[in-house]
Amino acid sequence: MNIMVLINALPGAAAQGLIWGIMAIGVYITYRILDVADLTVDGSMCTGGAVFIMMMLNGRSVWLSMAAAFATGMISGLVTGLFHTFMGIPAILSGILTQLGLWSVNLKIMGKANQAINVDKYDLLVSLRFIKNVPFYKNTILLVCLITVVLIVVLYWFFGTELGCSLRATGCNDKMARAQGINTDLGRVLGLMISNGLVALSGSLLTQYQGFADINMGRGAIVIGLAAVIIGEAVFGKVFRNFGFKLLAVSLGSIIYYLVLQVVIWMGIDTDLLKLLSALVVAVFLAIPVWQERYFSKPVKRGGNS
Amino acid sequence: MLEIKHISKTFNPGTVNEKQALRGLSLALKDGDFVTVIGGNGAGKSTLLNAIAGTWKVDEGQILIDGVDVTKYPEHKRAAFLGRVFQDPMNGTAATMGIEENLALALRRGDRRTLKKGIVAGERKLYRDMLARLGLGLENRLTSKVGLLSGGQRQALTLLMATLKKPKLLLLDEHTAALDPKTAAKVLETTETIVNQDHLTTLMITHNMRDAIHIGNRLIMMNNGEIIYDVSGDEKKGLTVEDLLKKFAEASGEEFANDRMMLAR
Repeated sequence: MNIMVLINALPGAAAQGLIWGIMAIGVYITYRILDVADLTVDGSMCTGGAVFIMMMLNGRSVWLSMAAAFATGMISGLVTGLFHTFMGIPAILSGILTQLGLWSVNLKIMGKANQAINVDKYDLLVSLRFIKNVPFYKNTILLVCLITVVLIVVLYWFFGTELGCSLRATGCNDKMARAQGINTDLGRVLGLMISNGLVALSGSLLTQYQGFADINMGRGAIVIGLAAVIIGEAVFGKVFRNFGFKLLAVSLGSIIYYLVLQVVIWMGIDTDLLKLLSALVVAVFLAIPVWQERYFSKPVKRGGNS
Repeated sequence: MLEIKHISKTFNPGTVNEKQALRGLSLALKDGDFVTVIGGNGAGKSTLLNAIAGTWKVDEGQILIDGVDVTKYPEHKRAAFLGRVFQDPMNGTAATMGIEENLALALRRGDRRTLKKGIVAGERKLYRDMLARLGLGLENRLTSKVGLLSGGQRQALTLLMATLKKPKLLLLDEHTAALDPKTAAKVLETTETIVNQDHLTTLMITHNMRDAIHIGNRLIMMNNGEIIYDVSGDEKKGLTVEDLLKKFAEASGEEFANDRMMLAR
């Protein structure tokens, strides 16, 4: 085990973590704010990559292609939202249905199971080749950091608006939200759209980074997103109280996840087992608050003397 | 102010659990009426309030609030006319949001939610003044998360949220039932103060017969999805709990069956 191999691999892992962090922020919006586990992301991640790469290969600019990826992600969120609200299908099943449908859609967009793009021939924003030995303004880590910060600022602003507050109320207590005149169905659809837009944007960045889009690139994305959310909360939950910092914690959680993953790979684990490992880690972390409640909670003292 | 014409509602029709919860019920409230609603278990009291609030659509009949036919309005659209406080203190507020954020949501009831700031700095003074009226010290805890408050504090806050933007009709669904007696009395006192100050038209379900007699200007008794007794003015003021029990036995032909109500005598 050569430590230099690990050290050389860490910047790349951090860049990947940052890119997946944008996806994880999308997961945070559904899972934490709307209180919905949205499985659409496993499909919309690839949709973002597929739309991006086909736009690029057809000569569009990188920014336009990324915007198109974001928009198609929002449409997949809209579909899940309508399944859930208009058609009354449970949220988790709605996401699974959209995810399954997107498999075909993604194949049709790309025409085959994967498409490659050459960073030398196309003017990409980020790439695994732009990690070292490039001028700092072309550095992928810096650029994805900037994109993440801009997204967090925009989301911070949005969730402080009347509309954003109504979304938060919907996720927290939809009975109260409706009693206060909030259209909770609209809130859910909107939240799913924003979330999947971010996920698809992350997919477009990942496609640039790795130089290809693949039909399997989003498989297990929800688990990685949840892992990032949970790690972020576990590590920074006590320090970061502000909503903007909570989003930052998700991004940092994703980076930690990829750094740890890199270390585990460096230690020589069979990489076939990685997904099993991720699933188990997330399962245990999801169980911790439940176990705390069930086995370690103290009875709450209530006021009053009756 | 409120006009209900022959509304009916059957839950789980065509199954063994079929329950006709409202049977062609009609009710009209004048502006400023404060009506208390009593009745046995399953009499349809909460169903009546939910029908008005639009939790689901009624099978038959018509509901008008302030002359507007709201029968086909979804719940969130009807909220523009209504203030609501639920029995469970957890239901009326958003626990993970701050006190001022909850109030800001309530202040915008009935308005379109736009991309303007969720709370404007100027509103905070209003919130502080209104919270001070409750006398619970909440005026200094504007940014505290509502989840940290006790049941009584949350219920008082919900009451404030329901009336912050003056509703055409205030619906109180046993809103003191889950509180301890001391807190319940305090919340009830606050309720009367707010209703009287703002001249709110109010429909209040209660399980306490004495409260039902002493509060408000009109009392209705429900049984089996119908109003079986409707009394107001001086006649109501002169009532006793025994009178009510007798009335119930006369009108329904059975003994009054509400565990909590019997205990509350």
